[in-house]
Amino acid sequence: MSLLAVERLVVAYGRTAAVKGIDLTVAEGQVVCLIGANGAGKTTLMRALSGLLRPQSGRILFGGTDITGFSAHRIAALGMRHVPEGRQIFAGLTVAENLSVGAWLEQVPAERARRQEQVLARFPRLRERLSQLAGSMSGGEQQMLALGRALMGAPRRLLLDEPSMGLAPLFVEEIFAIIADLRREGRTILLVEQNASAALEVADVAYVLETGRIVLQGKAAEVAHDPAVVAAYLGG
Amino acid sequence: MLAQQLVNGVLLGAGYALFALGFTLMFGVLRVINLTYGFYFSAGAFVALFLTRDFGFSIWTALPLAAMAAGAMAVVLDWLLLARLRRRGAPELASLMVTLGGVLALYAASTAILGPDIRRLPPGLIAGAPFELFGLRVTMAQLLILLASLVLVGALVWLLHGTRLGLAIRAMAEKPDAAGLMGIDTGRIAALVSFVSGCLAGAGGVLIGLNFNAIHPYMGETMMLRGFVVVIVGGLGDIRGALIAGLALGVVEVLTAGYVDSGLKEAVAFAILVAVLWTRPSGLFGRPEMRRA
Ligand SMILES: Nc1ncnc2c1ncn2[C@@H]1O[C@H](COP(=O)(O)OP(=O)(O)OP(=O)(O)O)[C@@H](O)[C@H]1O
Ligand SMILES: [Mg+2]
Repeated sequence: MSLLAVERLVVAYGRTAAVKGIDLTVAEGQVVCLIGANGAGKTTLMRALSGLLRPQSGRILFGGTDITGFSAHRIAALGMRHVPEGRQIFAGLTVAENLSVGAWLEQVPAERARRQEQVLARFPRLRERLSQLAGSMSGGEQQMLALGRALMGAPRRLLLDEPSMGLAPLFVEEIFAIIADLRREGRTILLVEQNASAALEVADVAYVLETGRIVLQGKAAEVAHDPAVVAAYLGG
Repeated sequence: MLAQQLVNGVLLGAGYALFALGFTLMFGVLRVINLTYGFYFSAGAFVALFLTRDFGFSIWTALPLAAMAAGAMAVVLDWLLLARLRRRGAPELASLMVTLGGVLALYAASTAILGPDIRRLPPGLIAGAPFELFGLRVTMAQLLILLASLVLVGALVWLLHGTRLGLAIRAMAEKPDAAGLMGIDTGRIAALVSFVSGCLAGAGGVLIGLNFNAIHPYMGETMMLRGFVVVIVGGLGDIRGALIAGLALGVVEVLTAGYVDSGLKEAVAFAILVAVLWTRPSGLFGRPEMRRA
């Protein structure tokens, strides 16, 4: 059985639907990537999955529970973390405070400290900047913080919305290396990426979204060789 | 004489600052100009009046109880009037109008029930005779105001910067959606912030009522105007700015009343507001975030 199942999901802003009846499944331990042009509805779908948007119709099942219409904090409590588009770090808080907010649901201080150590081991750059205001860091560092903050919740499932957006090539490489690590650790990941070739490389399964609808789905390796995908997304 | 005026001004300003702190906290976190806020000021003063006059409480116990009663009212009214609008992401104007309607109804109802006249706290509630301190005349009431303000401001700074709950409040003030994604129940934080803000307004009402020994249903409304001055001059959502601007407004009012004309003190306050907005549209100190204390 799939861990996350989306059934005929419709999400609208006012009267205009941005997600127009999507079916999608993610199995435990898989990396599923979602590619599509600007405005295709990728972010809208992610925000509905994490409870930031209320779907107009359809269902979202997570580990067998119907979470349609749940608010964001309840979905977070089920062990899912959404790293939103544009990072959305708390710019006015320090790096350490951002990480601490990420572990909000963890009541045991020793466990929070242990997780912070793990995150800092993964992102050594953040260690020197713990007391710095998050907003004063570079874009790449902020993306590391956004990922680190999500990992402070020790999530088994991650929604990553364009983690490499706007980053220098070196940072992009680092981000994809981290995604590969997270996958090896057995975490389930739904990944939205503009960088389609790198995303298809790290993913097991891929979906192609066009104006709110799934137009293609399959094994990532196969989708990567689809002529239409090559032409539209892989610069072929 | 000037020193005496400054003392009086600072003590008046302490009450203003408490009131404005709650207002700026509510605005900074919940992002709505909540016009019912002034009502909690009146409510706090009236609860203290009833507790001391009709139930024989001392001012030391009546003050925290009245503050908490005002805080509870703020939670209920926020839940009734604003929570659903917030969940739906309604435009700010809708929230503003709802609170305007709400506060007009609240004042009308409380005036109908309580009557419009000015009430006095029971005599002997607090030692009335002024005494000398470092050559200045201070009353017991003034000392109580000073002490209560220090305690409340200290408690607020501790809450915001010394606790995990405060961290959640600051996170939510900056990015409510991202806070929700971290598992923070933003509805509960909104209730907490309403409570704390209402407590500060209620405490301000008790202390100002004590300072002038005058309590009436509409006292919160005239305070609301001062609240706007302090919060806008201090920067919306800026705790430190509200503190400084509140104290400064008290001093300016007392000095205006003492050296110019007491009828002009409100006019001076608004002249300052207009001058600040013309020159520094985002306030003297700040940015609209809960970054500093
Ligand atoms: N807050 C909003 N209000 C109204 N319409 C919106 C809103 N956000 C997005 N839209 C519209 O919904 C559609 C899908 O947007 P969405 O952000 O989901 O696309 P996306 O696939 O994430 O694009 P990008 O690659 O640029 O991030 C677009 O047509 C967009 O204009
Ligand atoms: Mg997007």
